[in-house]
Amino acid sequence: MTDLFSKFDPLIEQREALLETGVTDPFNLVMEKVESPTVAICNGKRTILLGTYNYMGMTFDEDVVAAGKKALEEFGSGTTGSRVLNGTYVGHKAVEEALKDFYAMDHAMVFSTGYQANLGIISTIAGKDDYIILDIDSHASIYDGCAMGNAQIVPFRHNDIEALEKRLKRIPEGAGKLVVLEGVYSMMGDVAPLKEMVAVSKANGAMVLVDEAHSMGFIGEHGRGVCEAQGVIDDVDFIIGTFSKSVGTVGGFCVSNHPKFEILRLVCRPYVFTASLPPSVVATAATSIRKLMDSADKREHLWENSKRLHAGLRQLGFRLGTDEPQSAIIAVIMPDLETGAAMWEALLKEGLYVNLARPPATPAGMTLLRCSLCALHSGEEVGEILDMFAAAGRATGCIN
Amino acid sequence: MSDRQQTYAKVAELIEPFNKKGVAVTEATRFAQDLEWDSLTVLDFVANIEDEFDVIISMNMQAEIETVGQLVDALERLKA
Repeated sequence: MTDLFSKFDPLIEQREALLETGVTDPFNLVMEKVESPTVAICNGKRTILLGTYNYMGMTFDEDVVAAGKKALEEFGSGTTGSRVLNGTYVGHKAVEEALKDFYAMDHAMVFSTGYQANLGIISTIAGKDDYIILDIDSHASIYDGCAMGNAQIVPFRHNDIEALEKRLKRIPEGAGKLVVLEGVYSMMGDVAPLKEMVAVSKANGAMVLVDEAHSMGFIGEHGRGVCEAQGVIDDVDFIIGTFSKSVGTVGGFCVSNHPKFEILRLVCRPYVFTASLPPSVVATAATSIRKLMDSADKREHLWENSKRLHAGLRQLGFRLGTDEPQSAIIAVIMPDLETGAAMWEALLKEGLYVNLARPPATPAGMTLLRCSLCALHSGEEVGEILDMFAAAGRATGCIN
Repeated sequence: MSDRQQTYAKVAELIEPFNKKGVAVTEATRFAQDLEWDSLTVLDFVANIEDEFDVIISMNMQAEIETVGQLVDALERLKA
């Protein structure tokens, strides 16, 4: 018998070699208690959370939690059914209404996760003989959506407007074209030049889908994302988003003004063949989304936090993913996986949690310590974070 | 030189800047195993090929191309 697991041997060996050095497993952390959006107890120690994507700190919002409890009591723990059968409750319609109001768009469709939203929309709308043109650094859910469909997949160099335009111009006359972009790229925290890219895509007759998972609630005047901030939201055909970041729960969605959008509810398999979100989840999401519409002060504070952490880490001598802070994600570039794991562990011992990111999730084979800030990180906490980076950086030899 | 020979010569020329190991390239040379290219190198090389021949080589097509000879064949078909 051929062991089907043999293909994982290189990864198993790499992992064992890393753990043999005595370092704590960076992919096996358990949070024993969560005190707030910014603090948890890990290994019995108070730990500041700097890697949760909980950008707007909605997870412990009183109104959000109350809405969830009420729905849990009134509608039970789960729907046990697909959206197209017994799984659509008033709460599912209410959260879709909240999304339509938030984005000022005609249609909203809610999926059980953000991953499924990309998987479902991309694989369904781009069929055989259509072309999907996507940024090479796109999220796994976008690539998996491409793999699940039958379209021709054409990648272009990250954020390269000219490379996108060249490929668009070479696509055969009359073929369907979908350009897939992200507002904020989650590994380096950099923003896409959507103004130019959307214009080039439209000029070449392509439909445009933008994943705004990491910008919702934070970037743009109304928190609608990078496409709002760059003034091109009206030219974007589909926006994909998630409830598991700024909204503070779990779920995914697509919003659109396409007149035929509603037909997707019948033909999109990752929407049809899965159970819908629990009533408590859609209730918390709807409440959170409506509160995010009116969160200008929090957005401003999150920008302040992001700018201060970026400047502080640079001053300490760390190499960062972007020259200027472009989002609430700040990526600290590590020289290699071993140093990255050592630094990650040193930070955890100081009382700080960040994400250790490594290939293949990262671009160009890089190891990153990814920090995502929260609007509820206080000024004092940002100060503590910088002190912990300084101590851990010196202890591991990352900085002098 | 025939068309195919010209295409092969151009492909071989475009491989060289990425041939860090100094592999002696033939039609049978494999991109992944022999040249040991990672995904970013493949992207840059494919972009250069696409610009040179004014074609699109989608990821679907790339999945079917293992050797230099197969790439030359694919380009001959695309140009036709």
